[in-house]
Amino acid sequence: MIRYIFKRILNAIPLLFFVSIFGFILINLPPGDFLTTYLVQLSDRGTTVDQATIETLKARYGLDRPMYQQYFMWIGNFLKGDMGESFGLNRPVNDIVRDFLPATLLVTISTLFFTWLMAIPIGIYSATHQHSWKDNLFTVIGFLGLAVPNFLFALVLLVGGFTIFGNAPIGLFSPEFVDAPFSIAKLIDLLKHLWVPVLVIGTSGTASLIRIMRGNLLDVLEQQFIQTARSKGLSERIVIYKHAVRNALHPLVMQLGMQLPEIFSGAAITSIVLNLPTLGSIYLTAVQEQDMYLAGSFLMIITVLLVVGNLIADILLAVLDPRVLYD
Amino acid sequence: MFNKTIKKIASEEAQSVPQGVSQWRLIKRKFLKNRLAKSGLVIIAILYTGAIFAEFLSPYHMDTIHDQFVQAPPQRVRWVDNDKKIHLRPFVYGYKKERDLNTFRVYYEEDRDIIFPIKLFVRGDSYKYWGLFETDLHLFGVEKPGTWFLFGTDATGKDLFSRILYGSRVSLTVGLIGVFLSIIFGTLMGITSGYFGGLVDNIIQRVIEVLMSFPQIPLWMALAAAIPPQWDPIFVYLGITLVLSLLGWGGLARQLRGKVLAMRKQEFVLAAKACGVSTPSIIVRHLVPNSLSHIIVIGTLAIPQMILGETALSFLGLGIKAPMTSWGVLLSQAQYVRILLHAPWLVIPVFWVVATVLAFNFVGDGLRDAADPYSI
Repeated sequence: MIRYIFKRILNAIPLLFFVSIFGFILINLPPGDFLTTYLVQLSDRGTTVDQATIETLKARYGLDRPMYQQYFMWIGNFLKGDMGESFGLNRPVNDIVRDFLPATLLVTISTLFFTWLMAIPIGIYSATHQHSWKDNLFTVIGFLGLAVPNFLFALVLLVGGFTIFGNAPIGLFSPEFVDAPFSIAKLIDLLKHLWVPVLVIGTSGTASLIRIMRGNLLDVLEQQFIQTARSKGLSERIVIYKHAVRNALHPLVMQLGMQLPEIFSGAAITSIVLNLPTLGSIYLTAVQEQDMYLAGSFLMIITVLLVVGNLIADILLAVLDPRVLYD
Repeated sequence: MFNKTIKKIASEEAQSVPQGVSQWRLIKRKFLKNRLAKSGLVIIAILYTGAIFAEFLSPYHMDTIHDQFVQAPPQRVRWVDNDKKIHLRPFVYGYKKERDLNTFRVYYEEDRDIIFPIKLFVRGDSYKYWGLFETDLHLFGVEKPGTWFLFGTDATGKDLFSRILYGSRVSLTVGLIGVFLSIIFGTLMGITSGYFGGLVDNIIQRVIEVLMSFPQIPLWMALAAAIPPQWDPIFVYLGITLVLSLLGWGGLARQLRGKVLAMRKQEFVLAAKACGVSTPSIIVRHLVPNSLSHIIVIGTLAIPQMILGETALSFLGLGIKAPMTSWGVLLSQAQYVRILLHAPWLVIPVFWVVATVLAFNFVGDGLRDAADPYSI
């Protein structure tokens, strides 16, 4: 088991290395660089910048050096825990990440729990009551969940919240709680806001998970060991939950690794619409303003989280199904 | 349970594959049995017809500004007028403008005295159909100076219905071209990877792994932001399609690799090799046709993903730019709750997005079930 985990971690290192190169190229792809954007901003404000300052800025950020050196500077500092400076927000990226990461993780993890808690029972129900009207209803809802764009769903919920409750559930906290210290009231306020992004981001993921769970369980129920279990006279409940469901869960765990990127994708757009204090919402401006350290750090952090998520999924799978250890 | 198995075997025998029918005909037969997939195909046909004949079908040109009717609500089509008289021809009431004295907001109210009958083949805004010949004929509309905004107007006074039809040209082709590009790339990579194996396979698989370890939308955003804003709109459009296809090929390549790995040891490939058929020829004449059904299924299911991708990017302002329009661009006007509360009709384009995505998913699912016609 330990060897298996070790092997997985070792596999992740080159992947992360290539991801960082690709991410760096990507961030540097737009024509011009952030310094040009920055200087334009300064001159817009009426500040003139002399050549010497430009040179110092260039030297400070290593812009006068070739691309590969810039990359190693960036990744070296990144590994040391310094993610550079955000030009758009004029703050160290570390501070921004510290401020925005908790909400990002909160939204992501709650969404993950939501999709699983919804998908597994519904999937079981749909498979055991195949072609019943409820099964068909879930299929229709699932299809709609896949087809309605996240951002629009969010908007509709906002408008609905506004017309029904009189205020739109934007953000993660009501204004009076944003800077308040932690308290039960704050927690309740958080939960009042959190359901919107969780529902919006989670719907499409839930829809596809339900279909996978339903399909797997239907396959498993056709197998002979289920027939054996039934002929032994076991109660239907034990047949389903102890024998069938357990064996239908593996592909779902494997799906976990694929699900995380989807949740991050959904979270990025939904955060922008709902104005959530997550990394996704500042990422859009970072990309537009060529705030390269901020955007690059975002891509790196997300990928690291994904790799960690995959690792957890792999370990979970090995626990559930020890056969994977022996291939 | 046991009974069910017997029944299944019996039906298997009853449905045994008839001799002398080609695989493609079997696929077609099975596909047409699927009602959901068939209706998906019909919806897709309608949507694309709308895109092809956009100028003719829309009552106005997409850029015509009705400055007297800014953010006017949809005009309801009626058959019965105020005096309970039934009209043989549907009509709409004209609008009169009012101003709310508290908020100074302009709103429009139906003027029950002005009636504009809806006619077929009316003369309206002139346009150059597909850039070929100039005409001003529209399939339906009301005669000037009347107005008929089926879905209302936007903040600049442009007719939303016309813009949806014009916008479908962009939204519906982005997915098609994008999928076409990613299929070519994915097929090439997947088959090469599976057929040659070894180092080539290893490199391609690692590249795919890196590509797939990024979440899709943030990556699309970064790539779309790299398209210079001063570019011609048509190049921006092509750029967006390229961006969408750049990430889509990985999944296809992976699946094809698996299929080719299984195929390359099979007799027909070995026979071709023994006959001295060249490698490119084996790939093009034997491997590609044998994976074609697979490729088509994956491609069909990828189209809605790309359409949603374009919609999201344009919604965020990173995608298609004016003067071009797409459903995402239209939806970006509905970005704020404040605007939506006053002009809820601005979300109508989303129904087109949903219909398209659903239709393609139905067709894709139907194709997937039909692609292997020898199973039941």
